[in-house]
Amino acid sequence: MRHQRIAFGVMVAFFALAPLAMYPIFLMKVMCFALFACAFNLLIGFGGLLSFGHAMFLGIAGYGSAHAAKVWGLTPEIAILTGTAAATALGLITGLIAIRRQGIYFAMITLALAQMVYFFSLQANFTGGEDGIQAVPRGMLFGVLDLKDVWAMYATVLATFIAGFLLIYRAIHSPFGQVLKAIRENEPRALSLGYDINRYKLLAYVLSAGLAGLAGATKSIVFQLASLTDVHWTMSGEVVLMCLVGGLGTVFGPVVGALVIVAMANYLAQLGAWVTVVQGVIFVVCVLTFRRGIVGELGHFLKKPL
Amino acid sequence: MNLKRKLSSIAVALAVSAGAVQAQVSDGVIKIGVLNDMSGLYADLTGPGSVVAARMAVEDFGAAKKGMKVEIISADHQNKPDVGSTIARTWYDTDKVDVIVDVPTSSVALAVSQITRDKGKAFLVSGAATSDLTGKACSPNTIHWTYDTWMLANGTGNAIVKTGGDSWYFLTADYAFGHALERDTEAVVLKTGGKVLGKVRHPLSTQDFSSFLLQAQASKAKIIGLANAGGDTINSIKQAAEFGIVKGGQNLAGLLVFLTDVKALGLQTAQGLIFTETFYWDQNDASRAFAKRFSEQAPRNNYPTMIHAGVYSAVLHYLKAVEAIKSDDGTKVIAQMKKMPTDDPLFGKGSIRADGRKLHPALLVEVKKPAESKGPWDLYKIRTTLPAEQAFRPMSEGDCPLVK
Amino acid sequence: MTEIFGVPTQALFGQLLIGLINGSFYALLSLGLAVIFGLLNIINFTHGAQYMLGAFCAYFLLNKAGLGYWWSLAIAPLVVGAVGVLIERTMLKRLYRLDHLYGLLLTFGLALILQGLFQFGFGASGLPYPIPAELSGGRNLGFMFLPNYRAWVIVASLAVCLATWFVIEKTKLGSYLRAATENPQLVQAFGINVPRMIMLTYGFGVGLAALAGVMAAPIYQVSPRMGADLIIVVFAVVVIGGMGSILGSIVTGFGLGIVEGLTKVFYPEASNTVIFIIMAIVLMIKPAGLFGSQK
Repeated sequence: MRHQRIAFGVMVAFFALAPLAMYPIFLMKVMCFALFACAFNLLIGFGGLLSFGHAMFLGIAGYGSAHAAKVWGLTPEIAILTGTAAATALGLITGLIAIRRQGIYFAMITLALAQMVYFFSLQANFTGGEDGIQAVPRGMLFGVLDLKDVWAMYATVLATFIAGFLLIYRAIHSPFGQVLKAIRENEPRALSLGYDINRYKLLAYVLSAGLAGLAGATKSIVFQLASLTDVHWTMSGEVVLMCLVGGLGTVFGPVVGALVIVAMANYLAQLGAWVTVVQGVIFVVCVLTFRRGIVGELGHFLKKPL
Repeated sequence: MNLKRKLSSIAVALAVSAGAVQAQVSDGVIKIGVLNDMSGLYADLTGPGSVVAARMAVEDFGAAKKGMKVEIISADHQNKPDVGSTIARTWYDTDKVDVIVDVPTSSVALAVSQITRDKGKAFLVSGAATSDLTGKACSPNTIHWTYDTWMLANGTGNAIVKTGGDSWYFLTADYAFGHALERDTEAVVLKTGGKVLGKVRHPLSTQDFSSFLLQAQASKAKIIGLANAGGDTINSIKQAAEFGIVKGGQNLAGLLVFLTDVKALGLQTAQGLIFTETFYWDQNDASRAFAKRFSEQAPRNNYPTMIHAGVYSAVLHYLKAVEAIKSDDGTKVIAQMKKMPTDDPLFGKGSIRADGRKLHPALLVEVKKPAESKGPWDLYKIRTTLPAEQAFRPMSEGDCPLVK
Repeated sequence: MTEIFGVPTQALFGQLLIGLINGSFYALLSLGLAVIFGLLNIINFTHGAQYMLGAFCAYFLLNKAGLGYWWSLAIAPLVVGAVGVLIERTMLKRLYRLDHLYGLLLTFGLALILQGLFQFGFGASGLPYPIPAELSGGRNLGFMFLPNYRAWVIVASLAVCLATWFVIEKTKLGSYLRAATENPQLVQAFGINVPRMIMLTYGFGVGLAALAGVMAAPIYQVSPRMGADLIIVVFAVVVIGGMGSILGSIVTGFGLGIVEGLTKVFYPEASNTVIFIIMAIVLMIKPAGLFGSQK
């Protein structure tokens, strides 16, 4: 696992030093989406479950934390926890329904549930409809650290991201992660070995939902905004794209994928109508030529899983 | 428009010479960011056309001759508030953008307005509709230029009730913008002695309106008010024609319709539709000349919508204010813009109120019959012109914290 | 006047009929998706874009070649089907042995490309397409005014759906197709060119989407985004009907059109969401869909 430690070191160093050369708000966005993609990857890459509704966790947590910070006036850390808790609860409810299905049916049922959450977000009063919750205060972290300062905010996001990432990393390499992989490879066999597969799947699902929620909750504090975009089904599609570009089932793939996709969305914004075309081309090229994704191909070349 | 042209519009340095004003302007360049929907639903009514309009304003101001260096950059916010706010922050923080213009989609405009205020820059809204921008979300750094929901509702509602359309049924897009439009129109209808017989709320981006139209038909209301926008409005009008709604004696009132929507519908379908605009290209020689020049540079040679005209007028006035105070400090320039009367070939003389509302007359227009039209863009008859004081919401009713 | 839940029965009839008309489009589109999924195991996310291509094809035929609606009905599916065949030959072919996911992602990417290109070329607000003269106007049914064109849509799509069902379920050609999905090697051994058959099937499914596009052109705007939001709804229809089930997709298409129509009366805000609620319920109770068989 030494090479993974090195890769981890490189990643932390990158995010710690990058703001010297790159725009910090952009990097914070990358980290939020990287955490979101890692959480998603936990489910598909290691549990073999393709969720097509992960936006619901990102979005609902965003609303939760924005509401807590703006209306209830809570400090940012409590607001983020509120959002995360909301997503975890949603994960538990939807998970109980969804994990009983497999493959494409699992994807479809998560899509259906996410569409309902979208509808709820559109109709509920506290979400502000399509205007979203605007002008969310960043507030004082633990009541002392003013997050209006971009570096304080950056450090907070970096710490959150690293903590989330390590939790996922730990989960993958724990016995729990091994059982998950076993279920992915051969479900009947795992069942016959006496594992309660539904409990494992549910746990993975809820964990993934909670971490996706953490990403969404943090994001709405950073951007001072929670909106319908994060609940829409195209966001669920985008996270699949991130993982695919980076490498499904690799540890670092989602991070690289998020970096690529967010950078594209940001820097290609000037190309206007061509953004969708370029995104489409990337999808097609990825599927046809490097299905392992950037990190996956790199790992394959180095003969070491990354 | 070919690709080369498009690329060149992304970053045009219009004047390179050094001069007097330049010294007082931060970093020597006035940078204008056109932020709007370049690829989605509103790309035709805002989009690349707004970049063309901004560029024309810089040319007509004569920036080069006056020795001012003005650059225009543009980006696509995809109608997503988080994309829009990231771009706005990046522009202000790293690209040294001084003013952002256009920004359709209310949620994005509200987000950008907040950021602009935090950063002390300037924001000129042309594309967004929500009257909150000069109401409870008003800001000393934002001017709302072209139109808003209150003005649309007021202009169209008033005129129609007065000509006998006193019973209404609303077809409302189920989101904040649709609700606001419906609420404001309903208030006007009731105030002028009309009544509202019912309403139905349809989800955003609905394809088929026949079910809703049937309900509207059953209500026997004289007027079916379309409190929606873009593709939804186009589809409702098209299908209303198909179901013989207008032939059956009911009339449609579009609450937010643009020139490009009418063009897309064709006169055959859209004829007789009444709605409010603030600009039409065929008003006078100046507007015709503008439209001709605009269309030569615009994508698919489209004619300018009122949003494009608003961008032109806003940028022109902004540059005049910068010239007057020799500074590009956002808060100061906006204050100066409010102080100076506005005057441009498209909207004529006007003014800007303390709450950030630009005042100009509104036009009540009717779509021509196919036989009356003399050219591909000869689409409207102007029925009446509402003077500026009546066209917009009185400042006292807006709840803007700046003027309390 | 008699009423049901506060809605006059007469009006309700009208809404049911409208629902059925919208259901025709769902049925045609989901039929294409089901055929493709059933025989190629590919989830064709490009379907919405191909529907859009059909409508644009009709627009071009009318405005550039002077060929009207009836010509378009025949030509557009062939042209777009040919594009489909090209896509199958150059790209999809390489994915058959892989997980569903890759087919879905590839076709999703293609949909983005097509939509983006058309948007760039023709703008977002769309182009008008007139109702053919033979079908303009309408008749009063007593409880509602039914435009002739809409009546035609129901009849035509029912005919196409039933013909497709008949070919696949009741003819020899259909039995080859079905056998080829179960065991391609065996069918190949009987001297049937399986790859070509699969290629033509994809072309046919795509052609159905294009046909739906031509039929939609006079009702809706011919616009680059017309298929974008429709695709996930149609997708839900296929899942509810049972993936790959021909009859299932037809029945569910019409059925859900009606359900959606009724929702538009009783709770209009939810009319876009109701299909997903049904999908969730169906998947909980009958995982393989209403007409599907669990493998």
